Amino acid sequence: MSDDLSKLETELLAEIAGAGDLAALDAVRVSALGKKGRVSELMSKLGSLPPEERKTFGQTVNGLKTKVAEALDARKSSLETAALDERLKTERADVTLPVRLGPVAEGRIHPVSQVLDEVVEIFADMGFSVAEGPDIETDEMNFDKLNIPAEHPARQDHDTFYFSPKADGSRLLLRTHTSPVQIRTMVSKKPPIRIIAPGRVYRMDSDQTHTPMFHQVEGLVIDETTHMGHLKWVLQEFCKAFFEVDEVKMRFRASHFPFTEPSMEVDIGAEAIGKPGQWLEILGCGMVHPNVLRNCGLDPEKYQGFAFGVGLDRLTMLKYGIPDLRSFFSGDLKWLSHYGFSMLDVPTLGGGLSN
Amino acid sequence: MKFTLSWLKDHLETDKSVDELATTLSAIGLEVEGVEDPAKNLGPFKIARIVEAKKHPNADKLQVVQVEIAKGQPLMEVVCGAPNARAGMVSVFAPLGTYIPGSKITLEKKPVRGVVSNGMMCSAAELELSEESDGILDLPADWADEVGQAYIDIAGLNDPVIEVKLTPNRPDCTGVRGIARDLAAADMGTLKPEPKLAPLNEVFDCKIPVKLEFTPDTANACPVFAARTIRNVTNGASPDWMQNRLKAAGLRVINALVDVTNYISLDRGRPLHVYDAHKIKGALHARLGKSGEKFLALDGKEYTVDETMCVIADDTGPLGLGGVMGGESTGCTPETKAVLIESAYFDPVRTAATGRKTGLVTDARYRFERGVDPASERPGLDLATDMILKFCGGEPSKAKVAGKEPIEERVIPFDFSRVEKLSGVKLSAEEISKTLTALGFKISGKPEAAKVTVPTWRPDVHGPADLVEEIVRIAGLDRIPATPLPRVDGIARAVLTDKQKRARRARRLLAARGLVEAVTWSFIPKAEAEHFGGGAPELDLANPISVEMSSMRPSLLPGLLTAVKRNRNRGTSDTALFELGQAYRGEKPDDQYLSAAGVRAGTSHLTGAGRHWEGNAKPVTAFDVKADVFAALASLGVDPAKAQITRDAPHWYHPGRSGALKLGPKTVLAYFGEVHPATLKALDVEAPVSAFEIFLDALPPEKKKSRARPALAASDLLPITRDLAFIVPKDVAAGDVMKAAANSDKALIAAVNAFDVFEGGNLAAEGKKSIAVEVTIQPATETLTDQAIETITQKIITDVRKATGGELRS
Repeated sequence: MSDDLSKLETELLAEIAGAGDLAALDAVRVSALGKKGRVSELMSKLGSLPPEERKTFGQTVNGLKTKVAEALDARKSSLETAALDERLKTERADVTLPVRLGPVAEGRIHPVSQVLDEVVEIFADMGFSVAEGPDIETDEMNFDKLNIPAEHPARQDHDTFYFSPKADGSRLLLRTHTSPVQIRTMVSKKPPIRIIAPGRVYRMDSDQTHTPMFHQVEGLVIDETTHMGHLKWVLQEFCKAFFEVDEVKMRFRASHFPFTEPSMEVDIGAEAIGKPGQWLEILGCGMVHPNVLRNCGLDPEKYQGFAFGVGLDRLTMLKYGIPDLRSFFSGDLKWLSHYGFSMLDVPTLGGGLSN
Repeated sequence: MKFTLSWLKDHLETDKSVDELATTLSAIGLEVEGVEDPAKNLGPFKIARIVEAKKHPNADKLQVVQVEIAKGQPLMEVVCGAPNARAGMVSVFAPLGTYIPGSKITLEKKPVRGVVSNGMMCSAAELELSEESDGILDLPADWADEVGQAYIDIAGLNDPVIEVKLTPNRPDCTGVRGIARDLAAADMGTLKPEPKLAPLNEVFDCKIPVKLEFTPDTANACPVFAARTIRNVTNGASPDWMQNRLKAAGLRVINALVDVTNYISLDRGRPLHVYDAHKIKGALHARLGKSGEKFLALDGKEYTVDETMCVIADDTGPLGLGGVMGGESTGCTPETKAVLIESAYFDPVRTAATGRKTGLVTDARYRFERGVDPASERPGLDLATDMILKFCGGEPSKAKVAGKEPIEERVIPFDFSRVEKLSGVKLSAEEISKTLTALGFKISGKPEAAKVTVPTWRPDVHGPADLVEEIVRIAGLDRIPATPLPRVDGIARAVLTDKQKRARRARRLLAARGLVEAVTWSFIPKAEAEHFGGGAPELDLANPISVEMSSMRPSLLPGLLTAVKRNRNRGTSDTALFELGQAYRGEKPDDQYLSAAGVRAGTSHLTGAGRHWEGNAKPVTAFDVKADVFAALASLGVDPAKAQITRDAPHWYHPGRSGALKLGPKTVLAYFGEVHPATLKALDVEAPVSAFEIFLDALPPEKKKSRARPALAASDLLPITRDLAFIVPKDVAAGDVMKAAANSDKALIAAVNAFDVFEGGNLAAEGKKSIAVEVTIQPATETLTDQAIETITQKIITDVRKATGGELRS
């Protein structure tokens, strides 16, 4: 009997090993373990055996059954692996083909917008809010209230764009600086005032280094105690933070603007942008002129403060090494892609203004 | 303003170097634009004497000369091509290694036709002292004593030229003496006293009457006019030292009489004018011009005057413009035998206006429009007289003065503590007094209540702040201690307004969608402005820089479309740009609006442009830009699904492939669509281009909600989807079908999405189309029975039919 069993076992294991694919293997399974399979049939003989043999026989057949089942599983697994290997051999992608990087990689923030965000970040930390005003202004706002009378030579320096005169002789203009926003702020809000006023400004000027439209940021602090020392500190801190260096050499020169008194021009040592040995003129500033305060209804005996104005495009060119101002407004995709910033480059004081 | 160091030293006793002086000038507000030191280039050139000259053995036109270059030293052999070189001649020698500025070469030791030249004999042109040269410099024979000395020292050319850029508030520094005064105040030396003039022997009365003919209203045009004639003058050349200084200052040398006036203008900031007294007919009249009057000015051009200009006339008509330019007819020439000197005061405002109208830019105008020292009229006249008598001889008349100097004494009450309050630097009362005094101010009273009298040459100083400026600029701005601006307590707060935050967010959102931010001009060609609904005359510049930049833009699109064109001309056709900026509906501040606009040209899709092995990008459509608009609005807290989409986008959009997004009939949030083919044609832009404009000012304010998010209402129950296809008339909008479906059970229907639109086949012939929608039903509290789902489905079908006339496709 046991010889029969061992023969059967040998036969079945041989059949399992010989099954060439999953279908053949399944046929072996049915022929062995199916209802009418050869192992199942042995079990059905169990009833015809004398009781004393049943137990041993049963155990032996069960043992065979388990062995065959295990062999089936093992063979199935190896056939599946082989089938998968076979399939994978045919599945092949040319991973050197190009992919699309998607919109985030392609979009850009204009350098001037980026630098304005940087400037806002720095001044926000010093408690300055952002004030805005219209581009189309009056003589009064752009000149008169800023202590620039009609025939003052300084007024002629501005190369103002005018609109056509009205019936009453008045004419509107494109603001030549963002200083009218100072005026608008001082007439509408009581001190203490801390604002920056960024925006487009316009002058009739067009050459290598001038464009008829450019960007300025004006700063204004008005209260009862702010003096030139504060102005110096604010500008020093701004320059260090903006150029992201520990030290910026600065030179303050006395100058003249009709709307500030005393007035200064400020140069920075060009080592801040990696070009030692030069001075770069970057901004004009001063204490707000008593006449300007008076023109805005503020008593110069009580209130004082400072104002400064800086070219945003110029700051951008200096910090990021951009050579030609005129390209800023050309809409040239190659230029914008090269000098522009990723939308992910959000300037923060904590994370750094630039990467 | 240019002057030389020796000129400055006429007024300033100083041992400071030119570099120290220049640094100080810039620091105190007199910005130095440049210092030209002749010694830097011309220092090595020495005076030398040709001892012997022989013909070059191998060249007809060359000579070999033996040159004495220093006393007692061996002679140098030099090859010289100058025809005038001769034995005994004193000239200028450059040793080997010298850079020759006129020919831009450095001398090297090399043979010239076989003879080695040990240097070079130089011409005026090689030293850049003149344009032409027909030989080497031929110096006076007695300069042979100076052999070996630097040429510029002996020739009086070793005088650095300083150029200062003056701010318009400093008329006093339009004269060298004013600059010297500032430097003296800044401890750079001592201001020398005014030179004493020889007493005048005024032998006769000036016979030419001087009349001021103004009304009380216009009397300020020329309140004072002083004159003196000098007869029997000989008008030759002015002395070399004066010529050198005038040339260094950039002026042309004319003749002694004219040079004296120019010199005093530069030396004292006091313009003068000289007339040939014999050419004046009758009296001199200072008056306003009369319409139609003309005169020939000293620049050789004819000018027409008007009633606003101050003219100086004789009995026949205007001779010149007061304070601006004199006339040809009475100009001084070498033949002039009698001269009339004018020293007057002309009103700054009127002078500036006259200068602007005539376009005349002169040294006189430059000074009068800034405000000449009103007290300088008499000293200027006397100084000119003194110089003319020295250079030209003659006998002076008595001075004749019409009118009165317009001197108003200005006294400023000044508390010295204002210096620290305004500047932050504490200076002693002594230092403050010393500075003000050095600048010519007079102080009386105690430091806390002083009275400061402003000198007549400082029309710019009016109040305490002006005095503080004088004090701190002279003290040195580097003495002001940088002082931290007090911080608001605690951590810095956010400062941006909601609108500013939205603009920032919109900018980064649009860039995240692959659009590249451009900044384009605020002014555009008028035709383009008109095409985009603008171009009103009040938004046209009166003085545009070009016709391409003449009208304020009514929309950002013209600039962006022009950029598309330009990029295509440079070889890029798939351009995706946006701009966030202002445009103008009118001239009032409120008419300026903030827009975020974008263009997608060619195949510039969100996912990428151009050809790709996974599938080429198709031409852009209205839906590419609709997606931009919706994404932008959603990121700005505005639910675009709550806005209506209407078909009335403006005429620069394709009439059938565009939309307007509105909240109510008047509030337009955005336009989007394909750009109208006629617009593209007008701007010469190639199709296809789709565009959008978002009106950031029109967006409803974001609701102030709690920062805590509402609880997440996510059901554990599985959503069920049903696909329903409706046959609808061709012009029914998919949005209406979706809206009817969604509204049929707002509680249970979570989403409706049109996933297929079919317009072909038999449907087209019937004027119909099929729209298939996927409806997502989200059970809330319990699983829905088949019955319940069927009920919902049927209601959707009924509601869609009611709303659109659509039937379920069988």
